[in-house]
Amino acid sequence: MKSTRPILLVEDDRIDAMTIVRAMKELNVTNSIVHVYNGLEALEYLKNLNKEKPCIILLDLNMPKMNGIELLKVLKNDMSLKKLPVVVLTTSNAEKDKTESFNLSVAGYMLKPVDYKQFVDVIKDINLYWTISEIPD
Amino acid sequence: MKLDSILLVEDDRINALAFKKGLGRVNNAIELIAVETAENALHHLRNADNMPSLIVLDLNLPKMNGIEFLALIKNDAILKGIPVVVLTTSRNPQDKINCFNLQVAGYFVKPIDYFELIESIFNYWKKSEFAHLIKEKQ
Repeated sequence: MKSTRPILLVEDDRIDAMTIVRAMKELNVTNSIVHVYNGLEALEYLKNLNKEKPCIILLDLNMPKMNGIELLKVLKNDMSLKKLPVVVLTTSNAEKDKTESFNLSVAGYMLKPVDYKQFVDVIKDINLYWTISEIPD
Repeated sequence: MKLDSILLVEDDRINALAFKKGLGRVNNAIELIAVETAENALHHLRNADNMPSLIVLDLNLPKMNGIEFLALIKNDAILKGIPVVVLTTSRNPQDKINCFNLQVAGYFVKPIDYFELIESIFNYWKKSEFAHLIKEKQ
């Protein structure tokens, strides 16, 4: 990443979260990863002024309590949080989820591959892209 | 939907040609539509059959500039679903913050290795899904 700030991972599935963390490690991504389990926990983190704002948010969609689309609606209506790039990482191939996500201006919508090697590839491309791109301060 | 077409809004012909060449090297199946002004981009987007997967936008354009164009796109109920990537020489921090507040999906400052840049944009967006934006024919 072009920033040393943490990556916020919003993911309720422990196995998927472990896979993402493992892939980041394998790719020598040095940013720390803050892992929260749903939209509510993500908001709690983002609203806490003592916590460092993330450089990007990796967002799962199907989660309990507050799902990814619900979180996106809150973020994109918040003057200080709307600038944060959000990349959706999900198993949902539903047209409705894609349309809602892009209407809420996500910066990418990646389907989680089943195969670990392909999963690493997706994380690699996300990391490289956000290393070349600027990130909001 | 997958990445199948890119609308490039760039007034510098040399840069537009370099982008076209770079994209051709990584993939020649993607349709590239290049326009030189924001007005022409809006004109192109008026046609329901012309919805690109992705918009690549220069900021410093004659007449309507890139940020004004972005503000229009992001206030349009249909067009706001198209991701916009900014490619600029501007090192002005205010431009960057304005663009991220206007929901850009990437902000690349030139000069950078052009081929590496295009390859990264392509590798990233080819893995992304896209919304199927349905625009009523006018």
